[in-house]
Amino acid sequence: MDNRITVITSSAIPLPMENIDTDQIIPARFLKATSREGFGDNLFRDWRYNADGTLNPDFALNDPRYKGCILVAGKNFGSGSSREHAAWAIHDYGFKVVVSSFFADIHKNNELNNFVLPVVVSEAFLAEIFDSIEHNPATQLKVDLPAQTITNLATGHSESFEINAYKKHCLINGLDDIEYLLSRKDDIESWENMNKFY
Amino acid sequence: MARTLFDKIWDAHTVNTVDGGPTQLYIDRHYCHEVTSPQAFDGLRRRGLKVYRPERTICSPDHNIPTLHQDKPINDPVSRKQVETLYCNADEFGLTLFGLGHPKNGIIHVIGPETGLTLPGYTIVCGDSHTSTHGAFGAVAFGIGTSEVEMVLATQCILQPKPKTMRINIEGRLGKDVTAKDVALYIIARMSTSGATGYFVEYAGEVIRNMSMEERLTVCNLSIEMGARGGMIAPDDTTFAYVKGREYAPKGEAWDNAVKYWKSLATDDDAVFDKEVTFNADDIEPRITYGTNPGMGIGISEAIPQYGGDDEVGRASYEKSLEYMGFKAGQHLEGTPVDYVFLGSCTNGRIEDFRAFADFVKGRKKAPSVTAWLVPGSRAVFEQIKSEGIGRVLANAGFELREPGCSACLAMNDDKVPSGALCISTSNRNFEGRQGPGARTILAGPLVAAAAAVTGVITDPRKI
Repeated sequence: MDNRITVITSSAIPLPMENIDTDQIIPARFLKATSREGFGDNLFRDWRYNADGTLNPDFALNDPRYKGCILVAGKNFGSGSSREHAAWAIHDYGFKVVVSSFFADIHKNNELNNFVLPVVVSEAFLAEIFDSIEHNPATQLKVDLPAQTITNLATGHSESFEINAYKKHCLINGLDDIEYLLSRKDDIESWENMNKFY
Repeated sequence: MARTLFDKIWDAHTVNTVDGGPTQLYIDRHYCHEVTSPQAFDGLRRRGLKVYRPERTICSPDHNIPTLHQDKPINDPVSRKQVETLYCNADEFGLTLFGLGHPKNGIIHVIGPETGLTLPGYTIVCGDSHTSTHGAFGAVAFGIGTSEVEMVLATQCILQPKPKTMRINIEGRLGKDVTAKDVALYIIARMSTSGATGYFVEYAGEVIRNMSMEERLTVCNLSIEMGARGGMIAPDDTTFAYVKGREYAPKGEAWDNAVKYWKSLATDDDAVFDKEVTFNADDIEPRITYGTNPGMGIGISEAIPQYGGDDEVGRASYEKSLEYMGFKAGQHLEGTPVDYVFLGSCTNGRIEDFRAFADFVKGRKKAPSVTAWLVPGSRAVFEQIKSEGIGRVLANAGFELREPGCSACLAMNDDKVPSGALCISTSNRNFEGRQGPGARTILAGPLVAAAAAVTGVITDPRKI
């Protein structure tokens, strides 16, 4: 599977809600699997489905007007549990980018480790995206990772976003941290020899 | 240069720093449970790797396990498979396992401290956000995802951006019936559920210094609920007295050397934190939450506040939260009927929590309308409850003691609060559906839980 991320232009699915925690992204009762696959089916399970198992037509993921591989959410996205299953569910559902004004630390790392790009924008820019999508659900966003910019194509407004140079290199080239660490095995051993705690 | 407690431990474990990126951090202790590890072990197999330092990883199933009849096979086949997968992985990769029924089994954040596996000065990780608990010993301890679990298994290192530092001071003396949980819930409400994101927090001040180790564990446990990467407390004589003699703690000359080193870790007097805040103990009363994140909390005598912000998304989120809970802004919650009470979890599942709960309910009776789940954090706590006679006190008051595990904190086992029911819970999260689909959770300390359990309604423990 090609996980590389460079430039993505897509319409977006809006979740104008703050503090979306990882229990909402993937409820605990779906964490019992021993593989990484299939979590997308239960992404936002308790918001997507009614108690009787029918689809909740009011939820954005079920609204046919909203499509695309970019999720836009209110501030403090991914708070709570460290469950990487939340990032797997987002990736498995087909999202490549999540845009918010603020991400919880652990979840942000989990997204980056699963080739989902968290894009942090200002409150004002986020509000404008929500506005644009409300007026026109087909509003396109352009996320340019090499240039580190995001553009709301409805307004033409752009913002730059932060990502450390190492992670940017990993996402553009589809590389993961474990390969990097394995390549540093000699350093680890010599560090251990110099630092014999206790 | 003057350094903080956090900086000293972080620097001592830095193998190197990646150009333009994160720190490669060496990990002393890795805890592993059944939910966030199977895919990491699969990754090792796929890459043809062994566990690099198997002696540094300890496994214990806790999330999925039943709290009744642990001597029998787990009923739920999916849970059973996940627990058995942990057993197989521990066996295949040569890791220490405290399986179901083992005298050292329990919630990983409870057994680490009580066995001496958690030590000051350590770097500690686990695929679980409440790993911050272990910071109570003066360790850099934080939760990680499964990809990072795989990194630790494969290389004993992870790549982490270095967080900023924050010190939170709590000065003064706590009032009657104000517990460590109330202190933590107060801090979170003041900081908000994301107020410490990006920071590693050191707790300090008179209140913290006067706390027992178990109280400190409760405070550090909840650091993640304000977004902090972790929380920690400088090791002192209280810490050393707790650790000394525990099974995995250093002994003899190694102990003396360790204490000397641990004493050098305290934050230097002139060290500067990126952020520093101070709270006063006088402002803290027994607390409860009213919404669907731990930052939505009030003193038990207070009313639910009106939304204070001015943006639409924030207001909609606040209203959705109150609607889920069935509460209204301006409402006082004392006297509200309670359906369930849960005492337990990595937040409040230790022996001092059970002593406090038992002292309160002694000579009283459980309200008939309340279903109470009392779940020790570990097998050792379970045994101690019985040996100290607490079990008898609880039984006389009409309470049943269950077997150890995470239980109703996240309801991955059968301990699910029914939809619509209201639960006073000593756990750490009141998210929508956390204790079961549709369940409504109010977070509180063990005394508020005990008061609700005997009266059947939300009750200020100071009034009984």
